Amino acid sequence: MSVGTLYRGGEGMWTWVLHRITGVSVFFFLLVHVLDTALVRVSPEAYDLVIASYKTPIVNLLEVGLVGAVLYHALNGLRVILVDFWSKGPRLQRQMTWAIGAVWVVLMLPGTFFMLKHTVENLFGSAA
Amino acid sequence: MSTTAQPGPVSIPAPRSSQRAGQRSNFELYSWLFMRISGVVLVFLVLGHLLIMNVLDGGVQRINFAFVAGRWSSPFWQVWDLMMLWLAMLHGTNGMRTIINDYAERDQTRFWLKMLLYVAAGFTILLGTLVIFTFDPNIG
Ligand code: HEM
Repeated sequence: MSVGTLYRGGEGMWTWVLHRITGVSVFFFLLVHVLDTALVRVSPEAYDLVIASYKTPIVNLLEVGLVGAVLYHALNGLRVILVDFWSKGPRLQRQMTWAIGAVWVVLMLPGTFFMLKHTVENLFGSAA
Repeated sequence: MSTTAQPGPVSIPAPRSSQRAGQRSNFELYSWLFMRISGVVLVFLVLGHLLIMNVLDGGVQRINFAFVAGRWSSPFWQVWDLMMLWLAMLHGTNGMRTIINDYAERDQTRFWLKMLLYVAAGFTILLGTLVIFTFDPNIG
């Protein structure tokens, strides 16, 4: 590891790595998602059939991952924008990293609950 | 944290490439700016979309053809989805272009990966736009 590298290691690198991985993943999902939505031009049955797969337990769990990835990418993107344009941004960038982590957890807790509610009720047989 | 870096001032070595000299295009500056402006707009469009479609009121369980037909009967959601499609695709494609530039080392590889990217992006934007504009609730 070379001396004098500004970003290697540390949270500055990891927030960037995660931003890149989530950006690429969401991009590929978007390509697929436009294709599945395009089935509304084929027939209601074709569309409902592919949407039914979104409602299965495993895909439902993947959706939580997708929402978590997009939410991270959005929050970290806003942090990058503030570092670039806000005069206090560079000085507060580390605090902002912790802040977006906190906001992510606070939004994902109820979000995950509502996203998985139906699946959990179905699997474990309480009032569905 | 880097364990081998010595304490003291850190610096980035001066660029070895002379590419800047004589370069006139500001394309990369506008691209950088576009990522930030589209990012801010996408926060509302995409997070709003995910909240409505995946979290509120039963989430994905209530989505079917009739649900889509109900939403796209309103120009508000048509415009929302159209803007989201274009901005997310252009933002994502521009981000992928940066990543290809970073990792593809041979000029040929770089060129063909970008061509593949642009064809896929162009096809997806066109298809999505057509679907929004030609949607027919009485199909089938
Ligand atoms: C939801 C709001 C979003 C915000 C605030 C946001 C913000 C940003 C910003 C500021 C950058 C530039 C980072 C830099 O120059 O260092 C970026 C890069 C990127 N974004 Fe987004 N973005 C959002 C949504 C999306 C979506 C929906 C996609 C996928 C279609 C996406 C894919 C990418 C990709 C692939 C990159 C390149 C990553 C890299 O170069 O490491 N973003 N985003």
